Amino acid sequence: MSIDLVRKLRTFLPVESVLHEKEDLKPYECDGLSAYRQTPMIVVLPQTETEIVQILKLCLATSTPVVARGAGTGLSGGALPHAKGILMSLAKLNRILEIDPLARTARVQPGVRNLAISDTARPHGLYYAPDPSSQIACSIGGNVAENSGGVHCLKYGLTVHNILKLRILTIDGEVLEIGSDSLDNPGFDLLALMTGSEGMLGIVTEITVRLIPLPEKAQLVMATFEDIQKAGQAVANVIAAGIIPAGMEMMDKITIHAVEAFLHAGYDLNAEAILLCESDGTAEEVADEIERIHIIMKSSGATRITTSQNEAERLRLWAGRKAAFPAAGRVSPDYYCMDGTIPRKHLANVLKGIDTLSREYGLRCMNVFHAGDGNLHPLILYDANTPGELEKTEEFGGKILEMCIHAGGTITGEHGVGMEKINQMCTQFAPDELSLFHGVKTAFDPQGLLNPGKAVPTLHRCAELGAMHVHSGSEKFPDLPRF
Amino acid sequence: MQQALIDQFSETVRTAAEVGRPLHIRGGSSKSFYGYPPSEQSQILDISTYQGIIDYEPTELIITARAGTRLSDIESLLHQHNQMLAFEPPYFADTATIGGCVAAGLSGPRRASAGAVRDFVLGVRIIDGSGRDLHFGGQVMKNVAGYDVSRLMVGAMGTLGILLEVSLKVLPLPAVEQTISLKMNEMEAIEYMNRWAGKPLPISATSYVNEQLHMRLSGAESAVRAAHKQLGGEIYPAGDTLWKSIREHTYDFFKPPIPLWRLSVKPTSPPISFPQTKQLIEWNGALRWLSCQEVPAVDSIRQAAIKAGGHATLFQGYSSTAPVFQPLSPALAGIHRRLKQQFDPAGILNPGRLYPEF
Repeated sequence: MSIDLVRKLRTFLPVESVLHEKEDLKPYECDGLSAYRQTPMIVVLPQTETEIVQILKLCLATSTPVVARGAGTGLSGGALPHAKGILMSLAKLNRILEIDPLARTARVQPGVRNLAISDTARPHGLYYAPDPSSQIACSIGGNVAENSGGVHCLKYGLTVHNILKLRILTIDGEVLEIGSDSLDNPGFDLLALMTGSEGMLGIVTEITVRLIPLPEKAQLVMATFEDIQKAGQAVANVIAAGIIPAGMEMMDKITIHAVEAFLHAGYDLNAEAILLCESDGTAEEVADEIERIHIIMKSSGATRITTSQNEAERLRLWAGRKAAFPAAGRVSPDYYCMDGTIPRKHLANVLKGIDTLSREYGLRCMNVFHAGDGNLHPLILYDANTPGELEKTEEFGGKILEMCIHAGGTITGEHGVGMEKINQMCTQFAPDELSLFHGVKTAFDPQGLLNPGKAVPTLHRCAELGAMHVHSGSEKFPDLPRF
Repeated sequence: MQQALIDQFSETVRTAAEVGRPLHIRGGSSKSFYGYPPSEQSQILDISTYQGIIDYEPTELIITARAGTRLSDIESLLHQHNQMLAFEPPYFADTATIGGCVAAGLSGPRRASAGAVRDFVLGVRIIDGSGRDLHFGGQVMKNVAGYDVSRLMVGAMGTLGILLEVSLKVLPLPAVEQTISLKMNEMEAIEYMNRWAGKPLPISATSYVNEQLHMRLSGAESAVRAAHKQLGGEIYPAGDTLWKSIREHTYDFFKPPIPLWRLSVKPTSPPISFPQTKQLIEWNGALRWLSCQEVPAVDSIRQAAIKAGGHATLFQGYSSTAPVFQPLSPALAGIHRRLKQQFDPAGILNPGRLYPEF
């Protein structure tokens, strides 16, 4: 089967674009979620849209599953290969096709790195706003597949808010132009439907993104709190004052210690929580906003407040937050990053719940938090070489996600469901809702060949798990503390 | 009581699906002129009784309301807390509901800077064409669990589901708003709006008509003042009235004659003109309203819109000879039909309201 497919692929692909030897397949066995591994049957590295069309037609004719992959930095196993399938890397489609400075758009191929777009637009005073922390490596195609966010998305939006047009290939190799150069489109909002669809509906071959003006100035306030509840309240107070910060990040004590040991950013080691709150815009706006943020932090009980006086200091204060993941890697052989989102008011309770679970499982957990938009990233620290510890970690992580659903939130804010959170989907959605998701999939890919088995669990799987669907707010005894 | 209403809606849908009777979903009827008229055989399903704000916490920046809630009730509550629906929705009548606002998917003057309705929708509760009560999205800012069915409802004109509840992101009201006016020709205005949209200035709305460009600045007082200094132009005192009248189409330009065409195009597209046709431009050039004395050939308008990177809608003045919305490519039409089939297998939800084929 595999040999036959390789032969057919090589009729239209150069030899080096089709990999099937075991050692060549190895680098593709996982994405950024290395706990899940699977060797694909074949890896293809197309360089043109025409090649992709041919690959898809072959997949359809032979009923071969196909999994698209960008830079492989995803954190939910969305690009985990299929054992009997083709893994299609889009890394070679890496050209920025056009920058239109006056219309403020960039047309790019899916393998272009997120940061490369902003780098290319910068001379025009423009940039691409969504900035996932992996932006130096992650590809824009992957960002579309996952609807990636970043630290600035409360103010500037997610991928879905920052793209205008997609060129998509369906499984039968047909081209769909979705969206346009205008601000809206006739018919259903397929642009929104495609964004975050995790490679289940089509293969993106071209993306037109919106560019926005670089802010004239950015300034950062760092506030230290002795109480996590107070830090949470400070976030609410900033919003209540009518301020939408460009970024608002929170770190808990264990994170502060880990990053300070790593980077010496000047964080207060006595703090229970640190808030980083950024303002950007015109010089006048920033001066006005920073002064107000400073006053709010003080009245919310911050014990130490630092305002960046120059760009170097701003970047130094940010560096700690940006280094949270590598810092976790320094204090633990392995870590597992979660991605729940909750209504912000439940923050203190959820963190307390995570702490309790952490003791129960005997596993440490660092918490970094996109505080402005309620997106929580608990990093569970574990050692994959200790037998059973990964399983324990996954169970712990699953419980955190269920806690997020109970709090009226969601199991994934920006990393996607992929393979990792597929079981929790049974808790978040009712069978009728899941079956409508399958219906959407069928409308695009009736044979289920695009990234099969990801993102939406089968009803059978949910029944086997015995997971109970919880609808936020409508469960029995909603007032009972559960975390 | 509210659940009883939902049960009643579900029952109506199930019965209609069984006998194949189309339903005409109706909120405040404020936008009944928009799209194709409902089929004559259809039974009216009035959802305006399903109303009320379910949840609003200003510090969470989210409001959840039942679909029949009046837009005016939502906006006046938000304003009390110095917040707003940033997409500045047009009402077209006092009776406008939030459900209709989302189903029609129309946004107002602030759209080019703040985003459209779809950008602010976070979650929905719907009844699908089989009468099932379903939730998608939620009351959080970021949510990528499952396909984005919530945003798919925006602008679908009720053809994919009956909206029951909607959660929307809200934003703070700007501290200060000021409108300035400048005189220039159309070509200059298009270039000017786009050039300044590429600079970090608090420009929140633009309009161009009769050689006159208006720009609204919104934000901190110091920022608005600084921007005015850079842009120049005269202060236009009646700014609030102007933007409201453009949003609501009560502005002189929008007075009949109809038909009124709405061209949504690439903002930098050169001027589009037809004989005997007046024009008003919004959204930095991305939205061009054409009011026609004489009816130009529909095809030529559609071709002009395509050439300008967008599409044309016959916004007012339906006639059975001109398609209301830009026809879809065969490939996209196929996807639309198959999606409709999944959400509404019996084809009873507002059939023909968005496209005659479904």
